[in-house]
Amino acid sequence: MAFVLALVLALPCAGEAAAADRRSGSDFMAPETRAMQADDMSNPAMLWVADGEQSWHRPEGAAGRACATCHGDATRSMRGVAARYPAFAEATGRPVDLSGRINLCRRTHQPAPPFASESRELLALTAYVAYQSRGMPIAPPQDPRLDPFRANGGALYERRIGQLDLSCAACHDARWGQQLGGSVIPQAHPTAYPLYRLEWQSVGSLQRRLRNCMVGVRAEPYAFGAPELVDLELFLMGRAGGMALETPGVRP
Amino acid sequence: MRKRPFATLALIVGMGQAQADDALAPFEVVGDAIARPLTGAAGDAGRGERLLLDRRRSLCLLCHSGPVAEPHAQGTLAPGLGGVGSRLSQGQIRLRIVDMKRLDPATIMPSNHRIDGLERVAAPYRGQPVLTAGEIEDIVALLVTLKE
Repeated sequence: MAFVLALVLALPCAGEAAAADRRSGSDFMAPETRAMQADDMSNPAMLWVADGEQSWHRPEGAAGRACATCHGDATRSMRGVAARYPAFAEATGRPVDLSGRINLCRRTHQPAPPFASESRELLALTAYVAYQSRGMPIAPPQDPRLDPFRANGGALYERRIGQLDLSCAACHDARWGQQLGGSVIPQAHPTAYPLYRLEWQSVGSLQRRLRNCMVGVRAEPYAFGAPELVDLELFLMGRAGGMALETPGVRP
Repeated sequence: MRKRPFATLALIVGMGQAQADDALAPFEVVGDAIARPLTGAAGDAGRGERLLLDRRRSLCLLCHSGPVAEPHAQGTLAPGLGGVGSRLSQGQIRLRIVDMKRLDPATIMPSNHRIDGLERVAAPYRGQPVLTAGEIEDIVALLVTLKE
């Protein structure tokens, strides 16, 4: 507790945090919320992970294939995969996030209709796959084909939008550690998605979180799956490169 | 943009933009202040306090702290409102609420009575200022009373 307090008091509040000063959102949480994330028996998102494991083994689609039919044991084949997403998808010629990759795989290989954005099935399978990388450093792909999309994500991060005319950077780079209403502003490192948010009473994606912020500044949020949201995800994961993946996280 | 005639004042350095829209009241900026009420009459401090406490409507306490209830839920992103009535004149307070970006283009404070120069505004808010002229006057009426 004293450590957490000391950390909060020591936070500098100007400019984007240098690599050594980067903090996961979990560093800003109350001790009880941190404990909830740390204990798999009390972390509610583990229910989604368990659902995702069942889904991994369930044959689906015209070919009657399960994820496991091709990918085998996820604890081996999926280890480290989430740490590298979003990645470049040959099929679309643009970056795709982990949920998008799962749906591409469903469409092309099972083949089965894609899961709806933010559906329990998609979040569960994504959480299960990402869980296999828990504790691993985020390792953004060095693929130069991603560069223009990452740059676009960075531009969107800096762009003032909405009736309140705010950018992501205005709060998460320049004012992290300070309080917006009763909430501490974190540095916006997406280290734990999909995650269980107490406010949502559910697991949700990074895209859902991005849309929440856009609604908060009274901007028209981009639709789930929109290229702008994937570009933002790509930029943010690059910015968080080297930080440990925590999926499935818990946040307030 | 249609311009409305104003009484000429030698000290006018800027005027309210986009008065073509009825959502906005015309105002005159003199120096770093708007001396005259947007509504032509003083606001009501009691209504101003209720508005301040309603964080979904006024948003003030998301960033500012103030000598009102629920101190734990107040922001630390902007100067506290306690004593603002001693630090600033009524007209200075009014301009800062209406359009702080005139004084500091980099500020995160929304221009509360302006509708131009914004991107991707959500449909329900499009063409609407954050605060109406009447709401601004009620908040001004409250803030001038916060002397310490």
